[in-house]
Amino acid sequence: MMTNNNNSAIEVVDLVTHYGPREILHGINLAINEGEIMIIMGGSGSGKSTLLRYLLGLGIPTSGSINLLGKDITKISNTEMHQLRQNMGVAFQGGALLSSMSIGENVQLPLREHTRLDEKTMEIMARMKLEVVNLGGFEKLMPAELSGGMIKRAAVARAIVMDPKLMFFDEPSAGLDPVVSAELDELILNLRDAMKMTIVVVTHELESAFKIADRITVLDQGNILMTDTVENIKNSDNERIQSLLNRRPSNDEVQADEYLNRLTGM
Amino acid sequence: MPESATHPVINSLELLGRSTVKLIEEAGYYSALLAESLFWILAGPFIKRPVRISSIFSQMMTMGIAACPIVFVLSFSIGVMLAIQMIYNLKTFGAESQVVVGVALSVTREFGPLITGILIAGRTGSALAAKIGTMQVNQEIDALRVMGINPVRYLVAPALLAMMIMVPLLTFFSDLAGLLGGAVYTTIEIGLSFDAYIDRTLLALSAADVMQGIFKSLLFALIITLVGVSNGFSVTGGAEGVGKATTRSVVLSISYIVIADMIFTYFLNL
Repeated sequence: MMTNNNNSAIEVVDLVTHYGPREILHGINLAINEGEIMIIMGGSGSGKSTLLRYLLGLGIPTSGSINLLGKDITKISNTEMHQLRQNMGVAFQGGALLSSMSIGENVQLPLREHTRLDEKTMEIMARMKLEVVNLGGFEKLMPAELSGGMIKRAAVARAIVMDPKLMFFDEPSAGLDPVVSAELDELILNLRDAMKMTIVVVTHELESAFKIADRITVLDQGNILMTDTVENIKNSDNERIQSLLNRRPSNDEVQADEYLNRLTGM
Repeated sequence: MPESATHPVINSLELLGRSTVKLIEEAGYYSALLAESLFWILAGPFIKRPVRISSIFSQMMTMGIAACPIVFVLSFSIGVMLAIQMIYNLKTFGAESQVVVGVALSVTREFGPLITGILIAGRTGSALAAKIGTMQVNQEIDALRVMGINPVRYLVAPALLAMMIMVPLLTFFSDLAGLLGGAVYTTIEIGLSFDAYIDRTLLALSAADVMQGIFKSLLFALIITLVGVSNGFSVTGGAEGVGKATTRSVVLSISYIVIADMIFTYFLNL
């Protein structure tokens, strides 16, 4: 059981989740400090996307608690969750911009839902946030008219329009060329430094992770292998972590491959 | 493998059981969606999270006004077909002039709401399933949730309200188009004047006949919306999943509409 840390913006205690009869996360304990960038890394099927879904309050866990800004989202009322969501921003892997709305309307959407600002003010605020992500002047365009990198940046603009304290990124570098990916990394660092956000990034892009992380959590088969600084993760002697960092299969995977080869006679 | 697992009777019973459970689950899901939509429609304004009026009007335009031409063409054709069949049958008894009563009652009580329901299920129900399914695949529904926007309030409630307003109006429009079709053919075929046709139609019809069709159309609007959105929300597996959900939505909506129509007609004519 994890002890309570007063500096934690996010605290996950003994989190167990299931998908149907299958247990996906097997008692996750994780504390993320205010104003830090925590990278959640792991191979396919490690449970990192599942962990993100539960951190976002998109699922009800089997057991355990998830504290966001001091509130246990597994226990709070819908009204409290609604208020808490105004302090959460999420940039999904594909952007998840509403395709029926222009970029400007997408960015204005949270303001329209949660504030009583007049149209002009909302327009100005949306334009300002789009300028933060270098998309000033693009507010009239539709999502289908933007490139992948621009969509991700527009999604960031929408996520930060309410100036949230918590920001979540799901695979921000996926599908982007190295230059655009590096720009997005700079943007994430700026959000932490300029807006003092606590940031959680789920990714398997090592270069990006090492560049922006304050700490890294490595997940494997629904368990946390290690949570530590970049240096300590790099120097870890854990075989699974090293196989992930060096992009080579672990002993278990090699044995599984050999077994399959024997079965298929290859 | 145990014998019971492969026995055809056991397998059939198992299949029947699974289908029944699935049907009950689906009915429960429709009821929950309806209850939540009604909550947002009625209570939304009081908790400062109303259903968006602009979205209701926009959907009324796309699902209602834009469907007028096709509703007119199909309903007019049905009116003409009914007149052709009835005149052919009534000729046997020398009672061709009674075609007016037959067309009037058939169109308003049965064919107007049925044709409109089937058309809207194919046109709007499928569009609803495809739209919500695509949003589901693109994580737009998740995005709404994490922004604190309830997807039922944002997507389902406006669609439900728009359908409950537009389908009855379209049904009334369909009634008029069907009656016009019957009138045009009858005046040409048996030489009855157009004015006389209209007079006889008005004499033959009561408000209850028209209202029976309108009540049915309300039920159809409910079926089309709930089936469309629930299939959209249940999409998994990318573009292929959206295609499957869209097809399933149309097939289920039309099946439910025809079955509901039969049951409704039986009880209303006892």
